Amino acid sequence: MTRKNVRVKIGEMKTNAGFIKNLELSVGKLVDDSWEEPMGPTPKPGLTTLRNWDLKLLNRYKPFYMPACDLCCLCTFGKCDLTAGKRGACGLTMAAQSSRIVLLACCIGAATHTAHSRHMVHHLIEKYGSRYPLDIGGLNIKVEAPITRLVCGIRPKTLGDLDEVLDYAENQITQALAVVHTGQEGNNLDFESKAFHVGMIDHVGMEVGDIAQVSTLDYPRADPEAPIVEMGIGTVDRSKPVIMAIGHNVVPSVGIIDYMKDNSLDDKLEVVGLCCTAHDITRYWDRGKIIGPISWQLRFIRGGFADVVVLDEQCVRTDASNEAERVKAPVIAASAKNCMGFKDRTNDPADDIVADLVSGKVPGVLILDPDKVGEVAVRVAQKIAPLRKRFNVLPEVNEVVELAKTCRHCNMCQRSCPQDLKVPEAIEAAEEGSLKKLNELYEFCIGCGRCEQICPVNIPIHSLIIKSAEKQLTQEICNCRAGRGAIQDVEIRNVGSPIVLGEIPGILAVVGCSNYPKGGKDVADICREFANRRFIVVTSGCAAMTAGAYKNEEGQTLYDEFSGEFAAGGILNVGSCVANSHIAGAAIKVANIFAKRPLRGNYEEIADYIYNRVGAVGLAWGAYSQKAAAIAAGFWRLGVPVLVGPHGSKYRRMLLGRADKKEDWDVYDARSGDKVNVGPAPEHLFQTVETKEEAMVFIAKLCIRPNDTWKGRSIKLSHYIDLNKRFYGTIPEDLHLFVRTPADIPMTMKDDILKILKGKNWKETIIPDPTLLPRMIRKKRK
Amino acid sequence: MSCEPWQCAEVAATKKAMSITKPEVAVSLIKRAARPILIVGSGAVERELEGRLLIDYLIDFAHASKVPVVATAHIVGEFMKRGFKPSGFMSAMDIGNRLVDPSWMGLDGKGPYDVVLFVALPYYMEAYILSGLMHFAPKLKTITLDNAFHPHASWSFPNSNVKVWSENLKVMTSKFEGGQ
Repeated sequence: MTRKNVRVKIGEMKTNAGFIKNLELSVGKLVDDSWEEPMGPTPKPGLTTLRNWDLKLLNRYKPFYMPACDLCCLCTFGKCDLTAGKRGACGLTMAAQSSRIVLLACCIGAATHTAHSRHMVHHLIEKYGSRYPLDIGGLNIKVEAPITRLVCGIRPKTLGDLDEVLDYAENQITQALAVVHTGQEGNNLDFESKAFHVGMIDHVGMEVGDIAQVSTLDYPRADPEAPIVEMGIGTVDRSKPVIMAIGHNVVPSVGIIDYMKDNSLDDKLEVVGLCCTAHDITRYWDRGKIIGPISWQLRFIRGGFADVVVLDEQCVRTDASNEAERVKAPVIAASAKNCMGFKDRTNDPADDIVADLVSGKVPGVLILDPDKVGEVAVRVAQKIAPLRKRFNVLPEVNEVVELAKTCRHCNMCQRSCPQDLKVPEAIEAAEEGSLKKLNELYEFCIGCGRCEQICPVNIPIHSLIIKSAEKQLTQEICNCRAGRGAIQDVEIRNVGSPIVLGEIPGILAVVGCSNYPKGGKDVADICREFANRRFIVVTSGCAAMTAGAYKNEEGQTLYDEFSGEFAAGGILNVGSCVANSHIAGAAIKVANIFAKRPLRGNYEEIADYIYNRVGAVGLAWGAYSQKAAAIAAGFWRLGVPVLVGPHGSKYRRMLLGRADKKEDWDVYDARSGDKVNVGPAPEHLFQTVETKEEAMVFIAKLCIRPNDTWKGRSIKLSHYIDLNKRFYGTIPEDLHLFVRTPADIPMTMKDDILKILKGKNWKETIIPDPTLLPRMIRKKRK
Repeated sequence: MSCEPWQCAEVAATKKAMSITKPEVAVSLIKRAARPILIVGSGAVERELEGRLLIDYLIDFAHASKVPVVATAHIVGEFMKRGFKPSGFMSAMDIGNRLVDPSWMGLDGKGPYDVVLFVALPYYMEAYILSGLMHFAPKLKTITLDNAFHPHASWSFPNSNVKVWSENLKVMTSKFEGGQ
């Protein structure tokens, strides 16, 4: 490891050589490299180091751009009209502008994760010291930071070692952001390559954050049996004061929980979380509760359940403080990135802050000291709960009817709804006294509140929906498995071979936010389907919560029903957003631990290995954020395809292969150097799908890899064909592209499929040792 | 009937679709096309118009007009259940991506399409694909048959209720030889 700013000061020292007095030595940098693994070719890659690799992928998966805006308005030359081939005043085309926006989104996402990690590492070093050892899985984990090792060529051992990793990440994000400036990059594929680069950096930033918090906060450490935790508003004991934290950075919530523990109050209050903070609260404290994903914010606040609202960072509704004020719940903004306009009271005595919040003198405060957040939140919650008495702003049923009667039937609520929900019909039914149709919207509403913003008569439509579903809301009781963190090395050893040979049909990572097109049940259904098919199903973030929000006939959630092991048929929650790094880490560890590929600064070879061998696919069914864009970009560079639900089309650019262009699908056979056509495996790198059914067919297809053995390919094809038949009512038309030898064909379908292949002029081919990298060819044929 | 985007924020910038004021206009555009194609999204089995599913209207239209159909998402099976075999099925993004490629010779290999009809994709998804085609396939004419105005198409029906929509589809079908 490299350490910076080493200082040695000797006041007085007598030695045989002489007497030393007031000696001060300062060393700018000290390199301690005890890691035996030789450094690979690309440690700490810069903007263009991996450009050739990116271009290999981008030439196969060409961008399909769908601009959200015809104009560029980023500089004062503009606005510039870029429609139909026109260039802007700076010379930029719409393709380049579209990819520039993609890069910008990825920079925002990567900066957000990395800044989150920087804040946590800084705070944890202050609290625990820079020499605090990293431990994310005890003896079960030797490769503690696979992404950091791969990208940076660094093996971090202590919290302090993470500083250098973050220095590198921050530098690269700054470099990449500079590319977006007017008059820099002009080629769309170069913008795309840099988006991949920032995505890779995003994974580094996430990994640093999660291994720092797992090591210091005593989270489950790569634990397949991480505890089952309660989830849903119905699990909250509303006889107690309730503190609700929203966001992603657990540090202030830790302050709250520690204060409660130190003062023997841990059974006197409820601490609940929304969005990823909720995951990390339950990783830290098994009595913490998850309320739900990001879209539950308005429901919970307006329902009056929270006595104190603590806002940290990321994905927090920017009007959360206004909403909290309506229900008389004081707000504590606890992040420098999200001050909410409140006065900074960090240095004021806690007694004064508590008095001001309880009396209502101020609706909220900014406190940047997590310990003080803890004390203030707890004391305020205790005092204000009996005064608030769960005050809420939901109308009574008769008021719902009266409000509905004021509707002008303009339909603007539906036209502003991202889901195109039939709100007007529901309001019309409410006018007649029936709340049934409003209630039916509850499951599909993403809680954005746009319907209210546009309503010309100010009907609080979202509140009407919540009221109509009040019973469901208060009875929401389900389970989630606390985020387990990383995947153990031994788990990787156990599944490495069947994954690479294709006998475990795939790894499905169901990740991301809750902007679902038709409610969350699709997520749970997809997870169950693939766990039953013996895929490894990994979840994280809001999707992990949604996966646990539905029960089977026996009343079990997926986490009760399936094992939390990284094994065929397991459904495991790795944790919050930053824990997504463990999913990429698992793919990297397959290459390193199972296949013994060197990891250190060896990005291209590892990505080539994953791309050709590890049948993994990400599904972000409700992805909405720039962070999700950055996470996806990190997976693209590793060669892992990502599917998004229909709202994902708003990312404005897909990376699509062309199955009909045979020439796009050649790889080298590393054994001989011959080019071998392996078909579209995987067919796409980034794809929007329209329906749950289509998603399932694509998941099975995108797990196909050139390296599959005949047995593995046969298993994968049997899932692909079966899902096709079930959802499309037909045998896949592209089957001939994935069958290399008759042995690839699932046994029970052999005769039928051979007939189809004959009709398609199919020819047998070999199964290569696939690589896209000429340097990986072991023996070139003359 | 309004020619504002159905989803309020889906505004056009410098180019906005021409409004199809009556179904005969759409028929005329389709009849003049050398190589039209109809792309049908998953909403075809979700939208009910006057007691019939949209997919049934579209099958009638396809039979009458002989315009080849591409089914997106998972609905190819729904067509086949009704005894209609689409010319192709693929994801909405895949067909969009092929349409921006001027060298793509179509599902039958006979040449690029010149007019693309869209219907029944999720509104926002269809809007994005239409924007992609507007920018990157400038020679292609796009027409939407939904009852929601799509500003990024070349031609779009205005916002209308299902009764009008149903009537429009019936009239369009009747104006082709096969629909009489």
